[in-house]
Amino acid sequence: MALLELDDLTVTLSTARGPAKAVRGVSFALDRGETLGLVGESGSGKSMTALAILGLLPEGARTSGRLRFEGRELLTLDEAELCRIRGDRIGVVFQEPMTALNPLHSIGRQVAETLMLHRGMSAGASRREAIRLLDRVGIPDAARRVDAYPHQFSGGQRQRVTIAIALACGPDILIADEPTTALDVTIQRQILDLIAGLVEEDGMALILISHDLGVIAENVERTLVMYGGALVEEGPTDEVFARPSHPYTQGLFGARPRLGVGRGTKLATIKGTVPELADMPPGCPFAGRCPLTIAACDAALPGPVELSPSHAARCIRLDVALGVS
Amino acid sequence: MIAGISFERRALRHPSFAIGSALILLLLATAVVSLIWTPWPPGELDIPHKLALPSAAHLFGTDSLGRDVASLIMAGARNSILVGVIAVAIGLVIGTAVGTLAAAAKGWVEEVAMRLSDFTFAFPAILSAIMLTALFGPGIVNSIIAIGIFNIPVFARVTRASANSVWTREFILAARVAGKNRLQITLEHVLPNILPVIIVQATIQFATAILAEAALSYLGLGTQPPQPSWGRMLNEAQTLMFQAPRLAIYPGIAIALSVLGLNLVGDGLRDLLDPRLARQR
Repeated sequence: MALLELDDLTVTLSTARGPAKAVRGVSFALDRGETLGLVGESGSGKSMTALAILGLLPEGARTSGRLRFEGRELLTLDEAELCRIRGDRIGVVFQEPMTALNPLHSIGRQVAETLMLHRGMSAGASRREAIRLLDRVGIPDAARRVDAYPHQFSGGQRQRVTIAIALACGPDILIADEPTTALDVTIQRQILDLIAGLVEEDGMALILISHDLGVIAENVERTLVMYGGALVEEGPTDEVFARPSHPYTQGLFGARPRLGVGRGTKLATIKGTVPELADMPPGCPFAGRCPLTIAACDAALPGPVELSPSHAARCIRLDVALGVS
Repeated sequence: MIAGISFERRALRHPSFAIGSALILLLLATAVVSLIWTPWPPGELDIPHKLALPSAAHLFGTDSLGRDVASLIMAGARNSILVGVIAVAIGLVIGTAVGTLAAAAKGWVEEVAMRLSDFTFAFPAILSAIMLTALFGPGIVNSIIAIGIFNIPVFARVTRASANSVWTREFILAARVAGKNRLQITLEHVLPNILPVIIVQATIQFATAILAEAALSYLGLGTQPPQPSWGRMLNEAQTLMFQAPRLAIYPGIAIALSVLGLNLVGDGLRDLLDPRLARQR
């Protein structure tokens, strides 16, 4: 049994312009210790998928499909049960370490709180454990810094603190939602190495959400490409990178800056913009921007087409797409 | 504070806060001193010396029953503080609970709580206070309760609005992700972050409560004789408006200075407790 299983998960948000499908029929399974990357641009449904797993969707959102954690259905679980899973079995690292910490509490207290809540530890024991965790995520002189406040830390250090909070209870799954987007490039590397190291040591499963293909390539075994709320391509990271097949994935790879091209060469782009969620076409979400669109593309969301036993893309024109590349 | 200047230094440099606190300290000092000493026992009648002009013996003169006005004003300060503290406490405790609950629960709970507070808001403060005291009988206790009840929706609205904006912050999402329930988040994360707003509102409601008590006592619905009250002094002075206007002026000044002081402190605190403004200084 997979640790986490999403089956045809659909999230419908209620917006001012009517219902909008933020996640469209996403299915995937995550095993213990597996690392998974969710890649896609803003508004592709990456973060919504993560929030759905946590049961923290915005007010008025409706869900359908199945979402099972260790075989237990999460979508129908009540709030008290979900609170027991969040922070204990599933930990999350957010994009913005500047705002993910409460400015009024010391960092030690924020790490210790999770331990007191889920592990029933005493104040003293949780404080000692907090110091150990802060030390483990690389906060120098943790025993002295444990009583410092968030504003006394740099961005990279704060992200280390949020990682310590996420790891406090030894979760089965770590969800990292763009963990390095708000950080300097030099710090990015350190944080990603830290996460990768901790995931490896503790045998956690990792869901790494990013729009950065480089981050995905180096850190996860399997890659899921999302566009317009749908999974358009999935497969082992090596295969997806060696043979991007969906026209969107191809566009994404084509738009990467490359070394060795002549000066003044313009960066390739994907024409058009992502459609508004409320205006999403019923068919392939990429149809409006795809160079290979035919009338049939707008009919329905294409089913997954297997390229190898582990690699699939949702496109009805894969033969042409693969021929072109 | 990283700004380099301590809170106390900044507070003293803030003109309205400094003036306001001086006025409030004066009010508090007067009330405290009146417990152990007043020039004359407040409320002691001395009919032969009624309506005496200010003199060394009677600093502010005497009223129509020969009571020493200065002593009455000093003792009246106690009454005003008592009314302010209790009425604000009632409104603050219940109102903050309702407001933060509404923000945490959302949905129909929020709607019901807020529409109920709109309902009480539809009546002017003084009108609802008159209504309540007319219903339960005049007297200081009932007028305090009436003013307190009016304060509930004031605090409920202010705390709900601020709590709602705190709820959208990312560290709240982080707290929810950590598995905290809404009550824990409200107590640990929301309340400390909206405390400055509550403190500022409390000073302003304190001023309103003093005014409301004076108004109710003036109408004969608040403090009853022989308890001294600034509002009742005004009430008794009105028949002698032309013979002895000073009888209305002294309690009037006392009310005005207290309310002004509290409002200045409220304004000052709003600036001082705002971290964005603090950094600019």
